[in-house]
Amino acid sequence: MRELRFAAKNTIPIFFTYLFIGIAFGILMSDAGYGVLLSTASGLFIFAGSMQLVMVPMLTSGASLYSLALMAFFINARHIFYGIGFIEKFRAMGWRCPYMILTLTDETYSVLCSAQYEPGLDENRAAFLIALLDHLYWVFGCFIGACAGQFLQFDMRGIEFSATAFFLVVVVNQWRQYRSRLPFLTAAVCALGFYLLLGKEYFLIPTLITCLVALFLLRKPIETKEGIRDE
Amino acid sequence: MNDMIYPVAAIGVIAVVTWALRAVPFLLFGSRPLPKTVKYLGRVLPPAIMTVLVVYCLRNTALRYSPYGLPELAACVLVVVLQIIRRNMYVSIIAGTACYMILLRVL
Repeated sequence: MRELRFAAKNTIPIFFTYLFIGIAFGILMSDAGYGVLLSTASGLFIFAGSMQLVMVPMLTSGASLYSLALMAFFINARHIFYGIGFIEKFRAMGWRCPYMILTLTDETYSVLCSAQYEPGLDENRAAFLIALLDHLYWVFGCFIGACAGQFLQFDMRGIEFSATAFFLVVVVNQWRQYRSRLPFLTAAVCALGFYLLLGKEYFLIPTLITCLVALFLLRKPIETKEGIRDE
Repeated sequence: MNDMIYPVAAIGVIAVVTWALRAVPFLLFGSRPLPKTVKYLGRVLPPAIMTVLVVYCLRNTALRYSPYGLPELAACVLVVVLQIIRRNMYVSIIAGTACYMILLRVL
């Protein structure tokens, strides 16, 4: 019960983001002529916001399964990098491990990165509940959008900024936790550099690969600063 | 019934590709003990990835025409400042999002 409360508290910002983006997706789906069942199934099985939003116009134009797979690969390739920090933690979670892997979205990743587990809390249970709640918010949003989209007439433009704000908060907190500034600076320089060079559609994956290589090369100064020693 | 086959297959294909991508690091390292380099990367990648994600979220900001990314800039500054001073995630996120939504309509 304590774990559930902890998970709920830590996923409140995601609740709002997922609910509204999920609703936006559901509305798009129902406008495109796809019913509640397909909308909810997308949320349940794909569980990736930008890909689902891109999928709708591709479905209506009858894109081939091959081009859908390729698009999914390019939009979601960033997820490859998320598991690296959680290999040991997820492995220790037993039967929950596959679920944790398959539901590791941007938002769940950032909550898991920033959660400060209180002493006495079952960490594995809490992490699982964080992933599960995020998933439920998303599926619920997709479902609501598909059934009741036409009745929801609020102007919620800009609500998606709550995700950006949440990510910024995580960065500010990490800035306090980490002694070395190099991971932040490397990422900022790579992201802005590739953004200017390649444009908004293509900068993400080159940025992540360059960060990985750069951090690998910067291992000595970062480990010295962070106080990690080879045993 | 036939018109259900295509969307169902599409959702299935996208789901499988997404799952495979999420599983890559786990498939690569199986249940073997992790190499030190991977442990190190697992520790230093999160701040780098989160920084990149912030830029990624802001990628659609319109810089070339009015309001020249002002709502994004003001809201981001507000979030960072509040988080430094108040250290309360909820205050930072709610104030930042409200600020963004208002500026989007006013400017």
